[in-house]
Amino acid sequence: MKHKKPKPELTRQEEYVKKHRRYHHQITWSRMIIFFLFIGLWECSANLGWIDSFFFSSPSRVILCLKDLLLEKSLISHIGITFLETLISFLLVIGLGLLIATLLWHSHKVSEIMEPYLVILNSLPKSALAPLFIVWLGTGTTTIIVAGISVAIFGSIISLYTGFKQVDGEKITLIYTLGGTRKDAFCKVVLPGSIPTILSTMKVNIGLALVGVIIGEFLAARRGLGYLIIYGSQVFQLDMVITSILLLCIMAFGLYKAIQFAEHKMKVQLKL
Amino acid sequence: MKSPILTLKNIGFSYHSIQAQTPALHNISFHINEGEFVAVVGPSGCGKSTLLSIIAGLLAPEEGTISFSNPDGSLAYPRVGYMLQRDHLFEWRTIYQNAILGLEIGKKMTEENRQYVLQLLEDYDLLPFKDKRPSELSGGMKQRAALIRTLATNPQLLLLDEPFSALDYQTRLNVSADICRIIRSQKKTALLITHDLSEAISLADRIIVLTKRPATVKMEVDIHLTIQGESSLAARNAPEFQYYFNLLWEALSNEA
Repeated sequence: MKHKKPKPELTRQEEYVKKHRRYHHQITWSRMIIFFLFIGLWECSANLGWIDSFFFSSPSRVILCLKDLLLEKSLISHIGITFLETLISFLLVIGLGLLIATLLWHSHKVSEIMEPYLVILNSLPKSALAPLFIVWLGTGTTTIIVAGISVAIFGSIISLYTGFKQVDGEKITLIYTLGGTRKDAFCKVVLPGSIPTILSTMKVNIGLALVGVIIGEFLAARRGLGYLIIYGSQVFQLDMVITSILLLCIMAFGLYKAIQFAEHKMKVQLKL
Repeated sequence: MKSPILTLKNIGFSYHSIQAQTPALHNISFHINEGEFVAVVGPSGCGKSTLLSIIAGLLAPEEGTISFSNPDGSLAYPRVGYMLQRDHLFEWRTIYQNAILGLEIGKKMTEENRQYVLQLLEDYDLLPFKDKRPSELSGGMKQRAALIRTLATNPQLLLLDEPFSALDYQTRLNVSADICRIIRSQKKTALLITHDLSEAISLADRIIVLTKRPATVKMEVDIHLTIQGESSLAARNAPEFQYYFNLLWEALSNEA
């Protein structure tokens, strides 16, 4: 076949690449359309009086409120404190979760003894504990961090421990045949073999830590996005409530993406 | 050089559950001489792997004694290398890092041992792959890498638990020939468990036949093929091969 045309036909590979790109463009565009449609519809319905913007706010009111909060109510420090509390809770959950899961893995007996207690604590709605934390620990950062930890810790212990146990028993036998101890089995097989589990637990936990921190801030804070939400609802400034909720959405998304990025980096490095 | 390195006397072992006790091994006695390649065959599920676990020190025998006598005269537990059915190379380590796992665990990462591992990798054609991940290697190469990991700690006795059974037939023939060549060239004493009679005859100096569960030694057969020293593939064409095969087949058929 002679190629006399000025535009040569696409090869199969080029065709595939084009199709692949088109698919991803469609996804991106659809996402943007949904976003702008929602914002537009919200603004329109508020302006045209379909919804009462006192209760439902509107994008323009959110922006005004955002400006007001930024300039007069030190929004940055509210965001910062929530972010910091979430980060501390998250790191403590990961640290404590790994430690306790390791102890449970180390002793089969202890894990069997603890099992029903973990199940109970995990299924208990942790918000029920928050009033107790206030009485015990007072109102302040400690209470909020403890609330954040309490929401995420039990689930992470259970999923980390389950992950540890799923490691192939023969790989552990291999360590013993090489003269290793149980500690070697943990360091050389169980821990590196559980990295995907640890990363996925982290992804779940960052969201849960945020939930716990907001619960804590509802009850025991003078600063933070949770405080702004409660304060706004009490003084009937629903613009403030909705603005804070939107900021929370952005924070939750950002934290999740950060963990996902770390996960990706780690997987590339370990070639998993 | 015909001194026994390992002697088993009246070994017995049972598995226990709440419901019942299942005897696995009963009154097993045999020995292995230094430099010898011994194969153990028996009906499936007869407790062959249990026997290896006991020799490796992973399980304690309920009855009987195991004794070792090392070439230097000491009676200490020798360094035993155990090769499992599957290679169990860790995907999060490179081939080289997998090969030095035993050295790492035994805290024997000396320069000399490091060189030894690199030498083994080179001798058995894995040096170009030392920085690859296990998933990038073929089944046969992975099995060779697993053997190098076992040899790295310089064991005096090698235990092989059907190390070829996870491979397809063609790879299996090649890999078993390879591994046999490696073991012979390293002058290792080895105990191979297999259910493949041809494999046992072509590789081993001596074959121990076990009965069905609870296993005990049914007979021992010394293998003398007239194609000694050749590859284990050629051994399958030895005139005596068929004789040994029939002999073992008879013995095992009575057990089925």
